[in-house]
Amino acid sequence: MKTICLYFEIHQNVHLKRYRFFEIGKDHYYFDDYENERGITETAERSYIPALKTFLEMAKLYGKAFKVAFSISGCAIELLEQYAPEVIELLQELNDTGCVEFLAEPYSHGLSSLINEDVFRDEVGRQAKKMKELFGKKPTVLRNSSLIYSDDIGGLVADMGYKGMIAEGAKHILGWKSPHFLYHCAQNPNLKLLLRDYKLSDDISLRFNDSSWNEYPLFADTYMDWIAQLPEEEKVINIFMELCALGIYQPLSSNILEFIKALPAVAKDRGITFATPSEIIAKSKSVAPMDVPYPMSWNDEERDTSCWLGNVMQREAFHKLYSVAERVLICKDRRITQDWDRIQASNNFRFMTTKNVGVGFYRGIYDSPYDAFTNYMNILGDFINRVNALYPLDIENDELNALLTTIRNQADEINVKDAEINRLQARLSKFEPVEKEVKKAPAKKAEAPKAKAPAPAKKVEAPKAEVKAPAKKEPAKKAPAKKPAAKNKADI
Amino acid sequence: MFGWEYPPHVFGGLATANYGITHGLQALGDMETLLCLPRPFGDEEQDACKIIGMNSVPIAWRDVNYDYVRQRLGNIMSPDDYYRYREHIYADFNYMHVNDLGCMEFAGGYPSNLTEEINNYSIIAGVVARTEQFDIIHAHDWLTYPAGIHAKQVSGKPLVIHVHATDFDRSRGNVNPTVYGIERNGMDNADCIMCVSELTRQTVINHYGQDPAKCFAMHNAVYPLAPELQEIVDQRLPYKDRKEKVITFLGRITMQKGPEYFIEAAKRVLDRTTNVRFCFAGSGDMMNAMIDMAAAYGIADRCHFPGFMKGKQVFEIFRDSDVYVMPSVSEPFGISPLEAMQSGVPSIISKQSGCAEILDKCIKTDYWDIDAMADAMYSLCTNDALHEYLQVEGKKEVDGITWEKVGQRIRKLYDQCLQRC
Repeated sequence: MKTICLYFEIHQNVHLKRYRFFEIGKDHYYFDDYENERGITETAERSYIPALKTFLEMAKLYGKAFKVAFSISGCAIELLEQYAPEVIELLQELNDTGCVEFLAEPYSHGLSSLINEDVFRDEVGRQAKKMKELFGKKPTVLRNSSLIYSDDIGGLVADMGYKGMIAEGAKHILGWKSPHFLYHCAQNPNLKLLLRDYKLSDDISLRFNDSSWNEYPLFADTYMDWIAQLPEEEKVINIFMELCALGIYQPLSSNILEFIKALPAVAKDRGITFATPSEIIAKSKSVAPMDVPYPMSWNDEERDTSCWLGNVMQREAFHKLYSVAERVLICKDRRITQDWDRIQASNNFRFMTTKNVGVGFYRGIYDSPYDAFTNYMNILGDFINRVNALYPLDIENDELNALLTTIRNQADEINVKDAEINRLQARLSKFEPVEKEVKKAPAKKAEAPKAKAPAPAKKVEAPKAEVKAPAKKEPAKKAPAKKPAAKNKADI
Repeated sequence: MFGWEYPPHVFGGLATANYGITHGLQALGDMETLLCLPRPFGDEEQDACKIIGMNSVPIAWRDVNYDYVRQRLGNIMSPDDYYRYREHIYADFNYMHVNDLGCMEFAGGYPSNLTEEINNYSIIAGVVARTEQFDIIHAHDWLTYPAGIHAKQVSGKPLVIHVHATDFDRSRGNVNPTVYGIERNGMDNADCIMCVSELTRQTVINHYGQDPAKCFAMHNAVYPLAPELQEIVDQRLPYKDRKEKVITFLGRITMQKGPEYFIEAAKRVLDRTTNVRFCFAGSGDMMNAMIDMAAAYGIADRCHFPGFMKGKQVFEIFRDSDVYVMPSVSEPFGISPLEAMQSGVPSIISKQSGCAEILDKCIKTDYWDIDAMADAMYSLCTNDALHEYLQVEGKKEVDGITWEKVGQRIRKLYDQCLQRC
């Protein structure tokens, strides 16, 4: 029995605004609100809402026989919450039917998996938390931005506790192998891999409405026949695409939603079922490890990372961006972390590509890759200045982290001590009336809080002094500062 | 082919274009070019075309002996050709200012009596057209249009005219009626109009009322750098030794070239940075106004006006520059960004210039968009990756733009034209 795994990506880039170099240091707002609102509402109206409504109908019509998976980037959630909350409501409604699985993915839809493990862990964690908040379930399967996958990423994801990951069934990786099986990561067999069938996926997302295609017009029966005719032992058919494919890339007028709607019925006739990624991972056994020494993705003909990191400009921007990663992770400034997520999005790098991509390539507000690079570097310049302004530049990241941990530990300690003092004081006030006369008690009570007040105040001041001191007198304080950090790490 | 100038005696951009086109056609193998010039100097290279000196073609009968002719004409023309042309004098031009050989003198270049010279040139063209055997007439720029028309009337062969610039570009709309008349007449009589860019083609269609079907864009190209120029360019200091960045404007400092936008952008860049210098290589009627403007903005210490540059000096400037900017308001083609890119200098060019149509590895902005221009300058000076990319890729791109390819395209149009006529 064959099983279809349907998965849709929901991602919208937060567009950067035109930011000239003379605004560096003066203007810290980087986003084009008009374009963001226009983009997300248009996508929601033309694609997300009709598509999700169709899925909802399908869930009602076919019950548990129909399954679908989604992943939503953190940036897309923020945009949807602000401009098109009905999409989130529809997703929640769909979630209640039990036909849906939500996958984890990096919050920013960025490329952190290729360069910085800590950032990747952090942003996947935040997205998973958001999924839990919105849909009540923590994801167990992960999909990386644009299906970027390599052995190292697989190892990392397995280490983070995910059971499975979805990836591209790239021809240069698979060779003679078929994507219609469950594979596992070469570094860790506990991480299962679902590989995208790019032919069947692109038949829907790229070619459905192409009248010059020899299979045009495509009907659900024909499509399902192709799947049914696959060799008996090939059981898992992974059809992954962006949700925009339904309605934007393939217009609604092409009746693509009718096509999708008909799929479960025609599948049932041929004994084909639907399942979510985690169901497939639970049910099937992996046939072989998959060796992927270099990162692959679902983008472009090359299926690699060249559309984001293909030229020197893209690599320069990429390395500059992640050069401040550690400091951003340390900092707790909400605006900085939000900007960090948004400027990490892979779309920003895509705009800088100099590859010869077809005529219809969307470059956002930019008219050339150089324009995109210049604008991005201006914004990045300002962002890096802001990050550097938070903490003195001459302190190493490790040391800074140690100092901040010390402060945090001391704050905790103070809290504990405060609690202790309160407890003891309360106890003391219980004993006092017994020893002294009842008359005097009110006076004493008034005194007690007074005595208490200066004490915590002093303690609060203490950490502040600590922060300043190491900055001024580094060598002297270095040794004591590092010790608590080491201790703290050991504790973790 | 009718031309006005030819290397090594360069007065304007026309000479290099003529050189490139004749060599491009020569490379095809089955083409022979006769190039008529008003006043050749005799040291022109003749391997790609045979040069006819119009100042040595007789228009009035003079009985002169062979040795005298040879002594007079020297290496400009052989006496045999002189006698051949003398057979085809078609009217009595003794009333004109002819010399002892029955020829007319040309000042050469662009003298003040230009209209008279144009007229003389076309009279002589009649003699040449009656003497020589040819299949097609190709006239470069408005100076030679009357000659082309005359040759067409005499021989009945199709006329191709090559528009290197129009008076609309030169005057920003306030055209000289005489020039416009000559240009218009040439275009009306042409069977095929080749324009150096799509931009010029649109001008020809819209302002000269020409049939779009006979107008074609024929972009210019560049020759690889000569060894001695390459040597100059190779002396460029390594990146790390260049403490100050130099941004260069090169060209006539006139309204057409948009120098004021360059200063405005320079002001914005200098507000933020200190290690950038701006260089205005060229001269022109707006030069003093530009110096005033720089002084008024308080950036005169960072703006340099070295004056008119030619030949080797141009490449010395490129060698010492980090960015080349061409903010032209209207530029039919604009060959200098190609030369800059050949020399490894990333270019910022205005979208209103013809070369923007064939260049991809350079930054294009609208000439009026000072913010964008300043941003691009700043980016090239601060982001090494962008600079490196445009330097390497730009050179590669320009190396692919060759006159041989232009020759092939011209030939194709010739064939089409001959079929139609």
